Amino acid sequence: MAYKVVHYINQFYAGIGGEEFATTEPAKIAGVKGPGMALNAALKAAGAEIVATVYCGDSYFAENNEDAITRVLALIKEENPDLVICGPAFNAGRYGVACGQVAAEVKEKLGVPTLTGMYIENPGADMYKSKTIIMETKNSAAGMRDAVAKMAPVAIKMLKGEELGSAKQEGYIPTGIRKNLFENERGAKRAVDMLIKKLAGEEFETEFPMPEFDRVAPNPAVKDLAHATIALCTSGGIVPKGNPDHIESSSASHYGKYSIAGVNDLDAEHWQTAHGGYDPSYANADADRVLPVDVMREFEKEGKIGKLYDFFYTTVGNGTAVKNAKKFAAEYAQELKANGVDAVIMTST
Amino acid sequence: MVKEIERAGIPVVHMCTVTPISMTVGANRIVPTIAIPHPLGNPARTPEEEKAIRRGLVEKALKALQTEVDGQTIFD
Repeated sequence: MAYKVVHYINQFYAGIGGEEFATTEPAKIAGVKGPGMALNAALKAAGAEIVATVYCGDSYFAENNEDAITRVLALIKEENPDLVICGPAFNAGRYGVACGQVAAEVKEKLGVPTLTGMYIENPGADMYKSKTIIMETKNSAAGMRDAVAKMAPVAIKMLKGEELGSAKQEGYIPTGIRKNLFENERGAKRAVDMLIKKLAGEEFETEFPMPEFDRVAPNPAVKDLAHATIALCTSGGIVPKGNPDHIESSSASHYGKYSIAGVNDLDAEHWQTAHGGYDPSYANADADRVLPVDVMREFEKEGKIGKLYDFFYTTVGNGTAVKNAKKFAAEYAQELKANGVDAVIMTST
Repeated sequence: MVKEIERAGIPVVHMCTVTPISMTVGANRIVPTIAIPHPLGNPARTPEEEKAIRRGLVEKALKALQTEVDGQTIFD
């Protein structure tokens, strides 16, 4: 065995369990587990082997971040690996952020090359693309075979110390790091070639894509809270009991608008969550834990706020496409505005 | 979603546990919460204590809405 590889995965892929086990603390097992099997098979040809698998529950990692990352790094360090592979996480948000952070910190603190994989819309991609190599994968575990086929050759190159090609050639998410290289043609010629293609309506490829910054400036603060109408919105999937509009537990295709006029408390008899990306038992027992209708009603009675808006808007933010989420909120924001809502409290799980 | 609400001209505060994600999606007013499955509650406490925690967090969110910010701000 020429090279030692350590694999980082979450509690689900480690076979511990689903959301009810998301609070699992960091641990290690010898050899491969879950997606490590296919990766290991692909790495073997190059004389590499996954010697250990480190795992941690996604919620534990997010909620006890300092403790989790410290312990995960220590477990990885013990193995003295030549490479660390994390995930792939596809479009799982907490898992993607964990994979990104583990990969980034192993590289920075242990000086070991790292590789992970996730869907381009995973929040972990934007957060860590400049700090580790993130292979672009499909948005669900159905793309595992494709992800392994992309990750393994890059892993082998990294183990052998070979330089990686461009993001496009290798299939990773652009890191934003520029490298000097010699081109055959002068810059002026390349620019004119591009311009001619553009004028002819042909496809051309820019050498410097402009970064996309989609930031919205904050609106002015609420001046007179005691006379303001405040609306509650959530991505935590709170719905009337029975989920009448069948909002999907993941990859939601629509949102719900529900009346809370006269409702003082979201009790377990009438309300639940439709979200499939966290342990639903706490929200099902008391949905105010996600959508705080009870205390907002108290603030309304006490005159702290003018009014709690009669409706709330809700969807499930679990692997939901950014495009859809954007569309949902753009639509209901207009309704909120038309109905004189002064401010919104959005809760997320 | 917070960004689209903000874009429509309505001030919005994002209450969530994983604040780095909130920063990435572009929320401007952010209030950190308790835990992913129960951001505004703590089932380990008595119902009275839990409600007091929730009141405290929502008060913080209302405070954030009343505060002028010029960029992304976490209200700890």
